[in-house]
Amino acid sequence: MSLPAMIKLKNRPVDPEALAARFIALENHEITHDRLVWRMRTNRDEAIAGVPDWQELRELASQIKEHTLTHLDDYLEQFEENAKNLGTIVHWARDAEEHNATVHEILKSHGVKSLIKSKSMLQEECGMTPYLEKRGIEVTESDLGERIQQLSNEPPSHIVVPAIHKLRTDVAELFAKNLGTDGNNSDPHYLTEAMRENARPRFMKAGAGMTGANFAVAETGGFVVCTNEGNADIGASVPPLHIASIGIEKLIPRARDLGVFIRMLSRSALGSPITQYTSHFHGPRKGGELHVILVDNTRSDRLGSDDFWHALKCIRCGACMNTCPVYRRSGGLSYGATYSGPIGVILDPGLDLSKYRELPFHSSLCGSCSEVCPVKIDISDQIYKWRRVVAEKGLMRVSKAVGMSALGKVLPHPELFHAAELAAESALAHTPRFLLYNTLNPWGKHREMPAAAPQTFRQWYIANRRPK
Amino acid sequence: MTNETIGTVDFSESAKEKKIGLFIPCYIDAFFPQVGIATLELLEKLGCSVEYPLEQTCCGQPMANSGFQEDSAATEAHFVECFKDFDLVVGPSGSCVHHVRVHLDAIDEAPPVRKVRDSTRELVEFLHDHLKIDALPWAEFRHKVGLHDSCSAVRGLGHTRPSELVCKPYFSKTRELLKKVRGVELIEIDRRDECCGFGGSFCVTDEAVSAKMGYDRVNDFHRHGVEYIASADMSCLLHMKGVIDRLKLPMKVIHIAQILNGGPL
Amino acid sequence: MSARDAILTAVRRNLPVPAVPLPDAPCVAGQKLVACLGYSGNLHTMPKVQHSPNVEAPVSNFKKQLEAMGGRILEVAEATAARARVAELFPAAKVVCSVVPEVPGNRRVESASDPHSLNDVDVGVVRSTLGVAETGAVWLTQNELVVNALGVLSQHLVVLLDPEAIVESMHDAYDRINLTASPYGVFMAGPSATGDIEGVIIHGAQGARSLTVLLMARDAKKPKP
Repeated sequence: MSLPAMIKLKNRPVDPEALAARFIALENHEITHDRLVWRMRTNRDEAIAGVPDWQELRELASQIKEHTLTHLDDYLEQFEENAKNLGTIVHWARDAEEHNATVHEILKSHGVKSLIKSKSMLQEECGMTPYLEKRGIEVTESDLGERIQQLSNEPPSHIVVPAIHKLRTDVAELFAKNLGTDGNNSDPHYLTEAMRENARPRFMKAGAGMTGANFAVAETGGFVVCTNEGNADIGASVPPLHIASIGIEKLIPRARDLGVFIRMLSRSALGSPITQYTSHFHGPRKGGELHVILVDNTRSDRLGSDDFWHALKCIRCGACMNTCPVYRRSGGLSYGATYSGPIGVILDPGLDLSKYRELPFHSSLCGSCSEVCPVKIDISDQIYKWRRVVAEKGLMRVSKAVGMSALGKVLPHPELFHAAELAAESALAHTPRFLLYNTLNPWGKHREMPAAAPQTFRQWYIANRRPK
Repeated sequence: MTNETIGTVDFSESAKEKKIGLFIPCYIDAFFPQVGIATLELLEKLGCSVEYPLEQTCCGQPMANSGFQEDSAATEAHFVECFKDFDLVVGPSGSCVHHVRVHLDAIDEAPPVRKVRDSTRELVEFLHDHLKIDALPWAEFRHKVGLHDSCSAVRGLGHTRPSELVCKPYFSKTRELLKKVRGVELIEIDRRDECCGFGGSFCVTDEAVSAKMGYDRVNDFHRHGVEYIASADMSCLLHMKGVIDRLKLPMKVIHIAQILNGGPL
Repeated sequence: MSARDAILTAVRRNLPVPAVPLPDAPCVAGQKLVACLGYSGNLHTMPKVQHSPNVEAPVSNFKKQLEAMGGRILEVAEATAARARVAELFPAAKVVCSVVPEVPGNRRVESASDPHSLNDVDVGVVRSTLGVAETGAVWLTQNELVVNALGVLSQHLVVLLDPEAIVESMHDAYDRINLTASPYGVFMAGPSATGDIEGVIIHGAQGARSLTVLLMARDAKKPKP
């Protein structure tokens, strides 16, 4: 393949519709995925039924985040000062490249050859793992779902359950190939135990542990990591070096604000009142060293966007994915990005508009995401607005642009509109089936066309109700 | 969907004394004229004075929802021109009315635009909130009915409490209206307000997902023994009917207006 | 310009207006937000708890919630009983590493100079200073763990908790604890768990396979002989 062709391939926009169609065609995968992820939504509903002031909590959470973001510079400085006072070493990174280089520098200076990490969407966003691996550092994901994805050479498909798009048989096959387990045994208990046995020695030999952070508390200079496995805790408590990557939008003002967010996070994500481990880090542990990297990577840009800055409130709970009917049918990999689901639709175009120009259309605009978001991000409205941005930047698919332009010229004019109606009626009534239902007619692939009506409403009205 | 506030229209006089412009969405005009007829007859039976402006075409939603604000401008201007002299605009489509009230902003907001936006009502909310009808003596529909509230209706216009808002008390304007129809048996399904997958141009651009969503929704109704899927949004029904006909399932679709008016034509 | 300055400059330039004031977060003295005492958790295989908004019974609510999260809870009168329970629950344990005076174990955590040396611990025994009824969580810091890794490398964890130290909600908990008093503090609600493979809940994913809370008053006296 020629170089220009390779570049074109790499920069080709993600086609979520085609990827979704492929996932749906797998049948068993899509049906299972939809059922499991919907159950996370219903579990969330049940959990919230026990918290009668849930709407008040949402409003509170939203305001705390909005306050922090509208005073972000102060809180960043406050966090840095308090973190340093605890003995934490604080770094800043403008973009993904700088983040990765900083991590590498820390590891190199400590002679670290193998690293174990817990889940971090930010590190995924920065492409940290391939960067480090190219430089000879062994990186192990310790979260089960992330490790499954790492072994599959795929990004996570869901923020909370990264491999939920896989069947247990897929995992059995994967582990047989990579961990030497019995490929015929797809019992999740067996597979999880196999991973536990495999991961322990890696924790023991790692020269450093890395985590992300769910919340960074300005008042105390510490941060919080929420997991169900406790893998972040092992990674932070065993190797002597702990590095945490923190997006600048993760700041919250005070320790007491954690009460609000911790009560909402896991209820929104999975329907349990809290994750099994809610871990707070304030300065290096006894005999250890703690580094924190505060990362911008387009966040300060987004802050300056009237339409889109509210997306920075996100606490990465995944509730929007769970409720999204499109996400559940398509699978998270159909978004072709670090962030999938509704939050992905409004974040990814900000990271790369050209690559993710189709994502805002991978939505029926049902609005369910906005209703479940614990911090009241107007996700659905932002999806709508991103469509305008894509159109204004001339990135719309040509066929769609042409079609909409034509509609835009016909619909303002009654005579043209009525002529078009007559033509459509005639086509429906007279075109033979094999012509009407072909590959050029996407509607007709899985649905029957509407029948031609004997007359339009307008024609009936003129005949029966013509005003005097 | 924004939780938009309805603009102020003076209802100190009876709604029956208002001059109502009947807004019939383009696809209803073309494919489901019986829904328009039922809407008109129903409003007339209830004592309203209704006129259908003959020059209307479309509200601009198809272009606007696809991000083509510029392309929707002329259509939106035409819509305002057709309806600016009415006291109220009433139409049997949640998604179109939602668009008019919330997103008709491709054109500058001169007073006629503001007036039309504020005075546009969807049929169910008009019947429930403004006419406050308490009886439909002519209406009988002895069938198992599955109610499909469109996403615009649920999360845009507030027809019913969205299932996501668990702690808020339940209410449903559509159910209250249907309760006034003799013989209607409302059937509960598994996923009360999941999207059917129509979504405007989404139904063809994201065809596989749209179709699967349609199949799932239709099967949910079918599994529970529904005979008629009823909705205040014909666009959803158009999509679900396409699925029903392809699957050859023993179900029909019907617009709320047809049930409230007294059976399908 | 350093990255720090560049970022802060960019942030300052882009701060949204108008600024939003900081709302007052709930606190113990103020509003009494009702804790979630009804639902049993994300674990679909777990039995669902009936609604019981009885905020006056934190101990029984704590018990219900912890069990819903996959933990186990037993009441013990005093130290001898605690020792007996540990022996009973883990008869095959080779290495019992304890931090508490009530249960000696056969390895003291103070002797662990390096967290790696705790990798063979079968049972870790610690005391928690705070339990939270709403979430069934116990609070453990470096002060209680001495070596943080004990909490997550032990195959099984036993946690002593004074029933008087149980508060109702997470708001109460954050009001009580001082986050900067220890470099590490964890709310542990049940054993390590995952649902990553087809949503099936498994306990003992990476950390403790089981979490047992022994409810025992801090200064319980030995029974008279």
